[in-house]
Amino acid sequence: MAGGNAGGGHRSPSEPSERIGIADRDGVVGVIMLAPAVIYVLALVAIPFLLAIALSLSDATVGNPGIHHFVGLANFISVVREAAFVFALRNSIIITAATLVLLTILTILQVELLARNFTGKRIAEILLILPWAMPVALAAVGWLWLLDSEFSPIDWILRAVGLLGPGTPLGPANNLYYLGREWLGIGAVVVINVWRTLPLSTIIVLAGRTAIPNELFEQAELDGAGYFRTLLQITLPALGTLLIVAILFTVLVIFGDMTVVALTTRGGPGYTTEILPYWAYLKGIQGGALSQGAAIALFLFPVLLAASILALRMAYRSEGQ
Amino acid sequence: MRTAPVVRTIGFYTGLAVLCLFAIFPALWMVITAFKRNGDLYDPNNNPFLFNLPPRLSHISFLFRQTNYPIFLWNSFFIGIIVVAITLALAVPAAYSLARLMGHSGERSSIAIFLVYLIPPTLLFIPLYEIVTMIGAANTVWSLILVYPTITVPFCTWLLLSFFRSIPREVEEAALTDGWSRVGVFFRVALPLAVPGITTCVVFAFALSLSDYIYAAVFVSTTASRTVSAGVPTELIRGDIYYWQALMAATAIVGIPLAIVYGLLFDWLVKGFQVELPRSART
Repeated sequence: MAGGNAGGGHRSPSEPSERIGIADRDGVVGVIMLAPAVIYVLALVAIPFLLAIALSLSDATVGNPGIHHFVGLANFISVVREAAFVFALRNSIIITAATLVLLTILTILQVELLARNFTGKRIAEILLILPWAMPVALAAVGWLWLLDSEFSPIDWILRAVGLLGPGTPLGPANNLYYLGREWLGIGAVVVINVWRTLPLSTIIVLAGRTAIPNELFEQAELDGAGYFRTLLQITLPALGTLLIVAILFTVLVIFGDMTVVALTTRGGPGYTTEILPYWAYLKGIQGGALSQGAAIALFLFPVLLAASILALRMAYRSEGQ
Repeated sequence: MRTAPVVRTIGFYTGLAVLCLFAIFPALWMVITAFKRNGDLYDPNNNPFLFNLPPRLSHISFLFRQTNYPIFLWNSFFIGIIVVAITLALAVPAAYSLARLMGHSGERSSIAIFLVYLIPPTLLFIPLYEIVTMIGAANTVWSLILVYPTITVPFCTWLLLSFFRSIPREVEEAALTDGWSRVGVFFRVALPLAVPGITTCVVFAFALSLSDYIYAAVFVSTTASRTVSAGVPTELIRGDIYYWQALMAATAIVGIPLAIVYGLLFDWLVKGFQVELPRSART
């Protein structure tokens, strides 16, 4: 669309060196092609972001959304004083960190498996990408049913093998109530997050894995290196920072997302599985205190900023630029 | 130190089977649930993986006939297609411009455009809600069409930027020397070479817009404009009553066909990211 505006579209000048039209001046064409995206992002990301800061310093509510009344840091102070804040901050960090660790391990494993050719690879790829193909909200509802307090099939399996129920190691209750307990709830959210982001991180890291020159592996084989030595000494160093960057970026999306918690534990019991994004939603939209919701969401920003800068520095170092 | 081939093969397929099972277990449970009768489903002593009573389709026909699921499906599909179109229209030229035409400043701004991707919807949904309400787009699919490119454009620009960079400059320079305009080179040389990257962008833009929950839940409260992500949970979870069979069917009907499409495109998706690699492998 933007390219078409750049005067003359498909025209090829017959005397290239003498007649230089607008379509030939790289700088001008470049600006015209870039402008729509930049304007869009400024209007709907940059301005709302500044608006979020303004909101957090005002006393706006859903009923009275004006931001002209400046209240300073009052929203931040009152939010920090609430009991839920400590839980939300703690859980956001724990869930993100735990997801990061598990996701890294499983991504490496999955990439190693998919890097070779085998019969049925197509089918395996369809099965492995399934979690990513489901809209997150619906997948979360699926997990809600999978972890149901009464009818969870996992509980049924545990009962069938004699691990759950009266007189068993996990008993005496007949169910584990995954989403009704603090640490089981947090664990469940971590597992769901890992489950849904694993396909994406696998695709990104697999791209890096297939770019490693085959000679490296052949050389290692000639040297008599075993599988794990090859993995540790060839594959992982060659993937290097790309692996960390890919996974870090996948995980940062989780840090800022509320969907899984909103549809499974809902932050409960009490505030024990609350996270910052969902709490911002509860306060800002459900509770109508837009300004406080904006203040909570802004607590995400320093972490996101620090992690992005770190990841990008690694990315550029790995590019050797 | 070297393990026997048989052991390796067994280890390989065991690992693969475990990971595949982890990936599809919830979907498996959804599909089984969708066909179960109430009497079978709500008996904790029944083996949940078997049909203790004959399966039936009534919950699926309930989903299509007596809920707004078909409307949600259509809305999600419609929004997805338009968002993909907008994303490509904005991101493809922007990425090409940053990769080829803006010189060194292009490389710097590419960092900025990627940082934008990391500003989460959680930070933006409250001000965007105000903007959407102000311009009168609240409760329409257009509010979501307007806002979803904030997620897809930065991501796709970043992805395509590295893709365009991986195309050897000489190819385009040859065409320029032949007297083609820059715009002509973009359409006839660069675009065809970027097809794998663009395919990846199409899939990602569609998947990201389909998956959004927060904007869909906040901006739209009328049933007729809801998407699958926000509509299904609100329509089929009424207070304490969960229509589990219909919920599971609604999820599987969206997820499984898409998984097949994305799965068949798997190699293309990987190729779309290929780009970053030559440079990082160089170190």
